[in-house]
Amino acid sequence: MSEALLTVKNLSVDFHTARGTVHAVRNVSWSVSRGETLAILGESGSGKSVSANAIMNLLDSPPAEIVSGEILYDGKDLLKISQEEHRALNGKKIAMIFQDPLGHLNPVYSVGWQIVEMMTAHGRPHDLAHKRALELIARVGIPEPEKAMRKYPHQFSGGQRQRLMIAMALMLKPDILIADEPTTALDVTIQAEVLALLKELQAETDMALVLISHDLGVVAEIADRIVVMNEGEIVESGTVREVYHEAKHPYTRKLIAAAPGKGEIKIPNRSSPILLSVEKLSKSYHSFHALRDASFTVARAQSLAIVGESGSGKSTLARTLLRLETADSGHVYWKGKDLLTMSARELLGVRREIQMVFQDPTQSLNPRMSVYELIAEGWDIHKLMPARQERRARVIELLEQVGLIAEHIDRYPHQFSGGQRQRIAIARALALEPELIICDEAVSALDVSIQAQVIALLDSLRQRLGISFIFIAHDLGVVRDFADTVIVMKAGEIVEMGPTAQIFEAPREPYTKKLLASNLDPDPDVQAKRRAMGIYA
Amino acid sequence: MPATITQAPTTASETKGPNLISMLWRDKFAFVSVIILLLILVSALIGPALLGDAATQQNLRGRNFPPFSFERGWLFYLGGDALGRSMLARLIVAAQSTIAIAAGTVAAAMVVGTILGLIAGYMGKVVSQVIMRLADVIMSFPSLLIAVVVLYVLGPSIPNMILVLAITRVPIYLRTARAEVLEVRERMFVQAAIVMGATHSRIIVKHILPVIAPTILTIATLDFAFVMLAESSLSFLGIGVQPPDITWGLMVSQGRPYLSSAWWLAFWPGLMIVIAALSLNLLSNWLRVALDPTQRWRLEARRTKSV
Amino acid sequence: MIKLIGQRAIASIFSLLVLMVLVFFLSRLTGDPAVLFLPIDATEQMKEEFRRLHGLDRPVLEQFWFYLQDLAYLDFGESLRKARPALEVVLEAYAWTLPLALITMALVMVAAIVLGSLAAFKTGGFFDRLVSIISLIGASAPDFWIAIVAIVIFSIGLGWLPTSGVGTPVHWILPVAVLFIRPFGLVVQVVRGSMLAALQAPYVKTARAKGVKNLPLIFVHTLRNGMLPVITVMGDQAAALLNGAVIVETIFGFPGIGKLMIDSILQRDFNVVLAAIMVTALAIFIMNVLIDIAYGLLDPRIRY
Repeated sequence: MSEALLTVKNLSVDFHTARGTVHAVRNVSWSVSRGETLAILGESGSGKSVSANAIMNLLDSPPAEIVSGEILYDGKDLLKISQEEHRALNGKKIAMIFQDPLGHLNPVYSVGWQIVEMMTAHGRPHDLAHKRALELIARVGIPEPEKAMRKYPHQFSGGQRQRLMIAMALMLKPDILIADEPTTALDVTIQAEVLALLKELQAETDMALVLISHDLGVVAEIADRIVVMNEGEIVESGTVREVYHEAKHPYTRKLIAAAPGKGEIKIPNRSSPILLSVEKLSKSYHSFHALRDASFTVARAQSLAIVGESGSGKSTLARTLLRLETADSGHVYWKGKDLLTMSARELLGVRREIQMVFQDPTQSLNPRMSVYELIAEGWDIHKLMPARQERRARVIELLEQVGLIAEHIDRYPHQFSGGQRQRIAIARALALEPELIICDEAVSALDVSIQAQVIALLDSLRQRLGISFIFIAHDLGVVRDFADTVIVMKAGEIVEMGPTAQIFEAPREPYTKKLLASNLDPDPDVQAKRRAMGIYA
Repeated sequence: MPATITQAPTTASETKGPNLISMLWRDKFAFVSVIILLLILVSALIGPALLGDAATQQNLRGRNFPPFSFERGWLFYLGGDALGRSMLARLIVAAQSTIAIAAGTVAAAMVVGTILGLIAGYMGKVVSQVIMRLADVIMSFPSLLIAVVVLYVLGPSIPNMILVLAITRVPIYLRTARAEVLEVRERMFVQAAIVMGATHSRIIVKHILPVIAPTILTIATLDFAFVMLAESSLSFLGIGVQPPDITWGLMVSQGRPYLSSAWWLAFWPGLMIVIAALSLNLLSNWLRVALDPTQRWRLEARRTKSV
Repeated sequence: MIKLIGQRAIASIFSLLVLMVLVFFLSRLTGDPAVLFLPIDATEQMKEEFRRLHGLDRPVLEQFWFYLQDLAYLDFGESLRKARPALEVVLEAYAWTLPLALITMALVMVAAIVLGSLAAFKTGGFFDRLVSIISLIGASAPDFWIAIVAIVIFSIGLGWLPTSGVGTPVHWILPVAVLFIRPFGLVVQVVRGSMLAALQAPYVKTARAKGVKNLPLIFVHTLRNGMLPVITVMGDQAAALLNGAVIVETIFGFPGIGKLMIDSILQRDFNVVLAAIMVTALAIFIMNVLIDIAYGLLDPRIRY
């Protein structure tokens, strides 16, 4: 290994918060050399971004306090130099890109101005900066660079915005690029393209790349070395292959085991009766066709997954068939009756039989209601089970069913972790003994290890209670593990539909193939093989 | 990462949520404000009964008696007015009507405005447009004219004063409530309630009202100060409260002719308005933080300084 | 943009018509001008004469019909008090109020933005606390009281400034200073809050990671984003000033629209009241359009 360009030594950072001091990172040490890619892998709250923020002097103190450690770059300890010295390094020698490029670009200035500012802020002449910006914008693959310079961030797509962020970061040819979850907000096909671009640019400039990610697939695709963080500490480090194949720490092993897309594929049961039948459902907003002629059926105890990238119409489909949006045309037959035309009284009955679990439980649970109130609300609405004692007993039963405990009954949503909150949302859906549950990206906001648990829970409910599921997701691994039938959507239309095995092993449509190819495998060897086959070309 | 804190499952002892009084103690400005407001409130409630006729008893020898002297007893420590009445006693009596008017106005405007705002935010476009245009009309209607109309048609009285001021303040609550409803009704938990089959009234009462209530209360606190100022302005112009009723604003107005000879006649009541309004402003700032679960940590944070 | 102005104009005209009807009929409930304008010992015959002269003897509905007919030719009728066209009287007063409002708002804008932004950048520091206290006191003080205290101190006590009137530029100092205080107190708090929120935004993190210096970070990257809520509040304050600073104009004997309004209301000079309300509505309408344009200029995401 060549000489380290940047070294973090025994870094410990505390956050002083309302509930006491949190040791955000403890004794973290890592280093990165020229031309090398180091991945920092961890789940939410693992402290994976803290050292990067310390390098960039982006930690606000208070609440943050750097307790000990040093960050060595170019013979200097970055924790000891002045604000002004730090400012001169930021962007020039060490640059950073972030997860959400829309939020991280200033909405009120043109992207050209922002990219040029990277150089003018460091005292370079404007015309030189302008020329370099044009070159780089062209290099990262944005069409019509002159025109693009004058446009504003909201006028680009998510992938293009991240490309522009990368162009901005590379303006001064930095030695080190820190990428904090650079592709997490992007669709899989775009993610693959952005990662490829990062790799190319790294090869051209020989810079060091520090990638912060929660995604084993992304790490396997791009990193040379990896450090795994859990609860503020580095639990494992080594080359990507070492860590994947010979993980020593139990946490790492658990993380690798939880990666979706490895289980047995389910086979749909063709003899079950049809519950829901959707016929030529369409919905448009002004002239934009969000959903066009969608037709499919759901049988009892079936798990149907709808996959697609953002803007594919998968959420519109769910919202329209639940009458949260008014359909333009088409029919939705629930046990033979058209849900879209039925009276309010009939609809109330159906609202009991179909439940929904939303993406973000933080938002789908009313923060001012206790767990008991949340779960019992359905009974109030449908005037069921009047006895309070009986209700409490049933709520406790439901909590236990989803893996929570009786003591949780009087707490409020903010006192739970993300995974626990989603379990509450599932318990709420189960309270009305539904026959169909629609999950709209119900696990995508959760950490991988929690994701696996929630998927297992849903599957056991399907098997034990015979509940059907419509499972809307963008993550193919999760879909592969959970669904027995898959619908692939693109631009408001159903592209392909079939049993899971068929979609994953013998896809017919080019779009399905592209989607599958872009899905990154957590196994670095599998990824290397795919790359060798030129599957991204 | 801060994320760890919100994610961390907490112990049962924290289920009740933070104690309001201890959070109040942590913001010293807000704490002092509450003490001052309570003091004003208590003296306004029981003061006039205790004082008897001290506030109305004229004494021509004590006309424009200068302040800061105990020569004529503590009631005259703040001086005497143009008819020789105790300034302090009159301030306390005026406090009662000042507070009664402000409280009545805020309560009436808040209830009416919030209900209209909920309707405007939740109902269809037509109802909403009509309500909003009416609010526009009220907003552009000169409050001076409303005051004069009510004064001449209904006669001068404290309830009529409340009516005048409440009309002008309704749009504030209406607009705030409507804007909040429009935002809250798009939130996921409202959508979740709709999917479960909840009726409109249930969604408004159970899901929307509890979420917008803190904002409305915070605004009401601030508005209390504003209404006090508005009332005093009208009284000052002679189209508000009429003697023998008395408010702080009217006292300033009555003291104005004696500015160069007896400054205290106009100074004390004005100062009372400033102190009360300032306290309400500080309390409102504190409420805004204390009632917001995402900001509340600012008031709890100091507990851990010693850790 | 044109479409937006059109929509606004339609909504405003609707409100204005309702307002006009309300004012016309409500104001006539407040008493008989004849009693107020003629000497106390005027005979019933004189009053009758006065009413006939000014058309006040006819049924109210008929008066309204004539009023509307005149209005079609932009004739707002005559001022009873001044015996001149009401519109002329109102515009004359506006010529005083407009510069007063503009100077005050310009000062408020500059002071509030600079002080509020700096306070937000170092939250909780000494400067922040100082600005907060000053702004809160400013927002809490009744303007008539400040005016009175200022007169006692600067005019009567020190003799530096005139108590009232409008002869020289010096006459403007006290009215502007008194008018400045409350809008400043309110706006500076909004600037501070809005800048605090904007400073938390992710793009500020990007700018710091780029190595942008503190001053451009505040006044270039953050301020333009933080200005949007500030403009709304400043608009409200400016609208209040355009309505006329009744109190301050009365106390300082400043012949603006606020003083004209209260005098006309108290003396039942109905034509002037109506003309003043309509001219004010037009001024506020123009200001709202300007605010919309400012929004569009500040934020490229807003396209009308």
